[in-house]
Amino acid sequence: MNPVKIIKNGIIDENPTFVQVIGMCPTLAVTSSAINGLGMGLSTLAVLACSNLVISLIRKFVPDEARIPCYVVVIASFVTIVEMLLNAYAPESLVKALGVYIPLIVVNCIILARAEAFAGKNGPIASLFDGIGMGLGFTFALFVLGAVREFLGNGSLLGYTILPEAFPRTLVMILPPGAFLTLAFLMVLVNKLRSGKSE
Amino acid sequence: MNLFLILLSAIFVHNFVLSQFLGICPFLGVSKKVETASGMGIAVVFVITLASAATWLVHKFILVPLNIEYLYNIAFILIIASLVQLVEMFIKKSSPSLYQALGVYLPLITTNCAVLGVAVNNMNDGYGFIASVVNGIGAAVGFAIAIILFAGIRERVAKCNIPKSLEGFPIALITAGLMAIAFLGFSGML
Repeated sequence: MNPVKIIKNGIIDENPTFVQVIGMCPTLAVTSSAINGLGMGLSTLAVLACSNLVISLIRKFVPDEARIPCYVVVIASFVTIVEMLLNAYAPESLVKALGVYIPLIVVNCIILARAEAFAGKNGPIASLFDGIGMGLGFTFALFVLGAVREFLGNGSLLGYTILPEAFPRTLVMILPPGAFLTLAFLMVLVNKLRSGKSE
Repeated sequence: MNLFLILLSAIFVHNFVLSQFLGICPFLGVSKKVETASGMGIAVVFVITLASAATWLVHKFILVPLNIEYLYNIAFILIIASLVQLVEMFIKKSSPSLYQALGVYLPLITTNCAVLGVAVNNMNDGYGFIASVVNGIGAAVGFAIAIILFAGIRERVAKCNIPKSLEGFPIALITAGLMAIAFLGFSGML
């Protein structure tokens, strides 16, 4: 299969957030700013690409009945590595903002879903690209969600203030309810665009 | 008193679903009917309570003495997966009617991030054994309350006439958003 096609599939056709609607917990939880969304997206991308590659390499040796626990151990190992790297090199404010959601990448359904649906059946190179594509699609969704919420709730983008001081901030957008509402309206937009295309 | 505060805060103020976004997948996935939502809620209460006790014991008596705390993530997820399996076997044997009621929801709990979330929270906050279990019960009851209320609203929304682009997930998310606004009101409680 052609790598470009696999990556496009992950970003657009089967976007994990907007189309498949999986991996919702981190999507909603850490997107109070664009930077946080980006950080979470890239961490997930790293875990997803590595775990897809390794799972695809070991898929022939793992007995079918024991595959889920094996996959989970592979995923958990990569999450531990990413967590240690973030603690060592990432800015402290980012690590603090992502908090408990970094170890929780283990139970992000996107990763296990890709392991089951793609890496367990395809070759290592294709699986690696599938992980990258899905990860990019997830990162993109988180970034957009974070950017919208940060702009409306804080009047800034990537930490730079854009709206003038006098412009009222909608605080609720960076609080938990804002996450649900923003995602709902982004999905409405995606649905609208998709239905327009098919007509 | 302190334990009571932990319990209240876990149920209402830091509600797992509506303010911490843990366990969103089952929250959105199995909340179309009140009946199934209650089944899921009960199963989660059961598993989270056991898991917070088990992970605390393993962390305290295995990971810390051996100096391998950094493996907590791998250890916890394995404990939870095997615990779910064990609970499933136990319920099947001891109470077939409950097993029937919980059905497919039991295995799904392994990937419910609320379970791992409680375990990691307990560890990070340095709770003792009793406090960990109480925090677990609170979190799980909060989850159950949220999912049952949500299912009740969704049953009614399903009968309404809503715009095509809003059908399915978007309207569910808006409903959840409004519930989250209501739950924000609890933050003044403690």
